[in-house]
Amino acid sequence: MKTAVKSKKHPKSPEEIKTNRSFVQRMGLQWQLILMSIPFLIHRIIFSYVPLKGWLMAFQNYKPAKGWLDQEFVGLKWFKQLFSDTVFITDIRNTFAMSLINLSLGFITAIALALLLNEIKNTFAKRFVQTVSYMPHFLSWVIVAGLVQNMLSTDSGIVNDLIVKLGISDTKIPFLSEPKYFWGIVGASNVWKEVGWNTIIYLAAMSSIDPSLYEAASMDGAGRFMKMFHVTLPGIKTTFMMLLIMNIGHILEAGFELQYLLTNGLISSVSETIDIYVLKYGIQIGNYSLGTAAGIFKSVVSITLVFIANKLAGEENKLI
Amino acid sequence: MKKSKISKLKHTSVGDIIFVICNTLFMICVVVVTLYPMLNTLAVSFNDGIDTVRGGIYLKPRVFTWANYQSIFSKGNIITAFTVSVSRTVISALLNVVFTSMVAYTLTRKEYVFRRLITVVYVLTMYFNAGLIPGYMLIKELHLLNTFAVYILPGLVSAFDLIVIRTFMKTIPESLVESASIDGAGDFRIFWSIMFPLSAPVLATIALFCAVNAWNSWFDTFLYNSSSQNLTTLQYEMMKLLSSTMNQSATNAAAMAAKGDAATGLQTPVSTRAAITIVASVPILVVYPFLQKYFVKGMTLGGVKE
Repeated sequence: MKTAVKSKKHPKSPEEIKTNRSFVQRMGLQWQLILMSIPFLIHRIIFSYVPLKGWLMAFQNYKPAKGWLDQEFVGLKWFKQLFSDTVFITDIRNTFAMSLINLSLGFITAIALALLLNEIKNTFAKRFVQTVSYMPHFLSWVIVAGLVQNMLSTDSGIVNDLIVKLGISDTKIPFLSEPKYFWGIVGASNVWKEVGWNTIIYLAAMSSIDPSLYEAASMDGAGRFMKMFHVTLPGIKTTFMMLLIMNIGHILEAGFELQYLLTNGLISSVSETIDIYVLKYGIQIGNYSLGTAAGIFKSVVSITLVFIANKLAGEENKLI
Repeated sequence: MKKSKISKLKHTSVGDIIFVICNTLFMICVVVVTLYPMLNTLAVSFNDGIDTVRGGIYLKPRVFTWANYQSIFSKGNIITAFTVSVSRTVISALLNVVFTSMVAYTLTRKEYVFRRLITVVYVLTMYFNAGLIPGYMLIKELHLLNTFAVYILPGLVSAFDLIVIRTFMKTIPESLVESASIDGAGDFRIFWSIMFPLSAPVLATIALFCAVNAWNSWFDTFLYNSSSQNLTTLQYEMMKLLSSTMNQSATNAAAMAAKGDAATGLQTPVSTRAAITIVASVPILVVYPFLQKYFVKGMTLGGVKE
């Protein structure tokens, strides 16, 4: 816009005037479109891009009393402190471990459930199971954490009641105060909440598979399982790849809410994630610089992974 | 119908029958595992608090009572929380649907000069974020701490919703826009009288997603508004109750049961939580089955939900 006005004052060639004028003219003609969208563009820049200036804090000894640029710069001090902190290293491990568990369990269970749902021929039964399986997706993590706690409780939780009644163990197991169970509980809760929802996209992909492929397979004598493995699974391969690539960028998003809500002193060594570390040091202790440094580490890893995934995705699946 | 069933049966092998039986049993398990925690909570919420501590409540209340609900609704904070939750849900769903579809419409106009810029600015936000602390500092600098606006403003017009609506709008025939334009309709008019109503199916999906999001949030209340009691939300009240019971040991509960023998009708944290869980989840659980065909379509339109 600025250049347009400038070159209008000092015209260089008639051609340039024409293109520049037409840009300004087009803007004039499109004033309604501009009015409808530019305020929201500015809003998005304020809420998503302006906070990036806060990344400066990670390189400063940030004191809230001073202005942004009057701070003392300390270079990479906070990053060094971060990586010499064993708690942070443990948190990275926890984050990766829970992400990988959630990612792999999430994919396997969703595809398996979608395959089995696809085999149900009774439309009413299929719809009923689908509707029920979507339900947990609509519950908040606070509610899910409460349900998990109730189900696993040693007082009257059904899981412990079953374990004792079926004779798997003589005593009730304190699931939420033993570190070895925590990752499994998080993985299982994620599956419970999202498996039905995640089948939506696979079922859509399955319904777009050409029925003649199934007929041809039947003619060749393929049974139910042969068809599942050689027609249905290849049919959803593109969808699967796309989802996998998209999720690689979110590998550090192990989730925060469930871990935060279910944690207690006994299991914090396996339940604390990078996000909880940021919250603890940044907001609760008030060390903004250290918290921001941890946040930057997470963002940089995520962005790098997105770019790698984008490269791997090939032309037709480009994310950005 | 019957005939086709019989002819089908003729062609089914023993293996097939076994598969169908196993699959049916598996689906029954899925349904039971999915529904049981909620049904159990429902039973606990209608059962006497002290009686619940004795254990053994599964699918139906043993000592039926309305007391848990009466007790939560007699507390002022739950009424406030309910009001705030409902208002933030309704307001953010409405504003998001109108504003997001408006921006999405401008992105469908190929001649629009800022189309590319706007798309890039929004899409990039799907892949990075500044982080918790810079975000918190921004909210503080904008003086949005302890305001209702902090529930609505930051999330207005998200990239994912924008792309879903734009993808849908591209399937609406361009000739409609062109002929309206020839008849002298401006962009506001075209958007409001043509594109907005024609996008109703996808807008229902987005409204549902936004409503679910707003209704289920607790972290923004915790982070920004925890010191204003009149801005509390249902989910945040739930979260506070959850963390207060999280570390409660069995001995505590037993002590409570003993105390309860003297004073019956006392509400325990478990039964209070059960009642709030039901209050906080029923509104959405009643609505979603009716919107199923819309959100299934919306999900496939947007590719994947983030």
